[in-house]
Amino acid sequence: MTSRLQALWGWFDSRMPSAAEQWRIHAAEYYAPKNFNFWYFFGSLALLVLVIQIVSGIFLTMNYKPDAALAFGSVEYIMRDVPGGWILRYIHSTGASAFFIVVYLHMFRAMLYGSYREPRELVWLFGVLIYLTLMGEAFFGYLLPWGQMSYWGAQVIVNLFGTIPFIGPDLALWVRGDYVVSDATLNRFFALHVIALPLVLLGLVVAHLLALHDVGSNNPDGVEIKKLKGPDGHPLDGIPFHPYYTVKDIVGAVVFLAIFAFVMFFVPEMGGYFLENNNFIPADPLKTPTHIAPVWYFTPFYSILRAVPPLFNSQFPGVLAMGVAVVILFFLPWLDRSPVKSIRYRGGLYKGWLAAFVVVFVLLGYLGVKPTTVWGQFGFEAFFLDTRDVATWVARLCTIVYFLFFILMPWYTARDKVKPVPDRVTP
Amino acid sequence: MEAPSVKSPIFSRRNFRFHKNSISMSDQAKVDKTRRNLMVATSVVGGAASVGAAIPFVISMWPSERAKAAGAPIEVDISKLPPGELGVFEWRGKPVWVMKRTPQMLDGIKQVDGRVSDPQSKVPQQPDYAKNEFRSAKPGLLVLVGVCTHLGCSPQFKPASDKAEMGADWTGGFYCPCHGSKFDLAGRVYAGSPAPINLEVPPYTLVSDSTLVIGEDKEKKGA
Repeated sequence: MTSRLQALWGWFDSRMPSAAEQWRIHAAEYYAPKNFNFWYFFGSLALLVLVIQIVSGIFLTMNYKPDAALAFGSVEYIMRDVPGGWILRYIHSTGASAFFIVVYLHMFRAMLYGSYREPRELVWLFGVLIYLTLMGEAFFGYLLPWGQMSYWGAQVIVNLFGTIPFIGPDLALWVRGDYVVSDATLNRFFALHVIALPLVLLGLVVAHLLALHDVGSNNPDGVEIKKLKGPDGHPLDGIPFHPYYTVKDIVGAVVFLAIFAFVMFFVPEMGGYFLENNNFIPADPLKTPTHIAPVWYFTPFYSILRAVPPLFNSQFPGVLAMGVAVVILFFLPWLDRSPVKSIRYRGGLYKGWLAAFVVVFVLLGYLGVKPTTVWGQFGFEAFFLDTRDVATWVARLCTIVYFLFFILMPWYTARDKVKPVPDRVTP
Repeated sequence: MEAPSVKSPIFSRRNFRFHKNSISMSDQAKVDKTRRNLMVATSVVGGAASVGAAIPFVISMWPSERAKAAGAPIEVDISKLPPGELGVFEWRGKPVWVMKRTPQMLDGIKQVDGRVSDPQSKVPQQPDYAKNEFRSAKPGLLVLVGVCTHLGCSPQFKPASDKAEMGADWTGGFYCPCHGSKFDLAGRVYAGSPAPINLEVPPYTLVSDSTLVIGEDKEKKGA
């Protein structure tokens, strides 16, 4: 039997040797640094969530109807009448939030250890493109249940494009395909959500991994393991991805799936953060819910949008600030001038800025889910106070720190006191 | 430091230079100009054709004829609308507010002239016949698109009696629950609101005392 299988494999391999070659390049002989820690789970977890979303999404489309008159009902039908339908939907909705959780942690890992630095700029650029595509994917998907939050969230976001000078109103009309968010909008968002953006996402993930495997993985020490190679030509501090990291990642996946299953079965709505309460009411174009907030993963940027006051009779400056807040990520590899990569060898200046960045990002995210009146109002009037909402002023302060983190980066990273970097990774 | 390996040219800029120099002058001299020109010409024509081929995809996303037909003007009967109450009608899928304003309401609008951003309606958010004190063709009759100019939510009607909620100096108007923008009963935005400009006045024609056509100007009729 074994020899038969071996013969079959030989037949296959002689006709398509590149299959085994790919396995060697990307797994069996891909040498990754031996000192990966906890933070290195999130890349493979993101891949796992991508697979979960694609599979659960395919099965959801079998019962979902992208029609303004039927969409809301078809989601309820999936929840109540389709055998196992509620599991599929909760997998998909929990997966959406899980995707952003692992991606945010994955990106933060890159910031901690300088994984975006030379020679990995392309890995980072493809990664930010994946993040942007993911935001689009989440936004288009959020309209599909056709609840009140779906509808008004889409209305608000499409109108962001409407604020662009000159072409804005026509652009918004083109995106919607109607004068308001309507059946036409739902239909095209469905097409973009289930086929267009997933294809883009898969292509970018392949590019991200190819770029990574060409230059090799960074590590918590930020040293290049390829500089020191053993007599066998492999990095002294490298170990084959398979079996060492496949086994490690399986442990991560099991723990992750346990948490995932707990959320899915016990708190699928996550107190209104994963599935917003207002979205259990069918979309009503004539009635706005009393409080509109995007899903949690967009709220840091939404807070920035709200924090910027209108200028010259236009809301565009806020929209621009929000856009720049995302786009500025692309420039990170060139803004960082530090002689070292990893936070382990950086000085207090960078650590302080990074800590401030994390605090303001979380704070902006929190304020974005709350109304601007959440912290009450200042008790006094002043000429410079265009609004007395305390939360708006805190958000403005956070927005400034957010941008200063990037804008001042060339200065404070170059000026920081760094520690000497060892030649080899530390145990 | 070990010399850069051929497999990973990224570690050294020298490799790029080496690569560039490897195309020698003699290689360049061998270029067949006729073939090169043909290649450029076909690329340009092919590129133009590709752009042309994209047109049907792009225009398919514009509003369809059916959507445009649904955006046609509507005729509403306002004879049964009591003074001071808000009538909401749907035009192009958006709420359009119609209100017969009472003399007290018009007084209230005059009182807040100093607190609104654009009291003279300088920003073109209305047809010319509504570019006046009360932003309407006929002072008593308010016609507005009930969509906040901030980010498109629909504000709520708060009459002057809602002083407990809206403050003691509230003379009636509209309040957007999304981000807290305030408007007076002429749709003028209060200074300090997130909304940058006044609410939009749609084109409309008062055919008779009881019939209002929303979405069409008198001037454009028959066009």
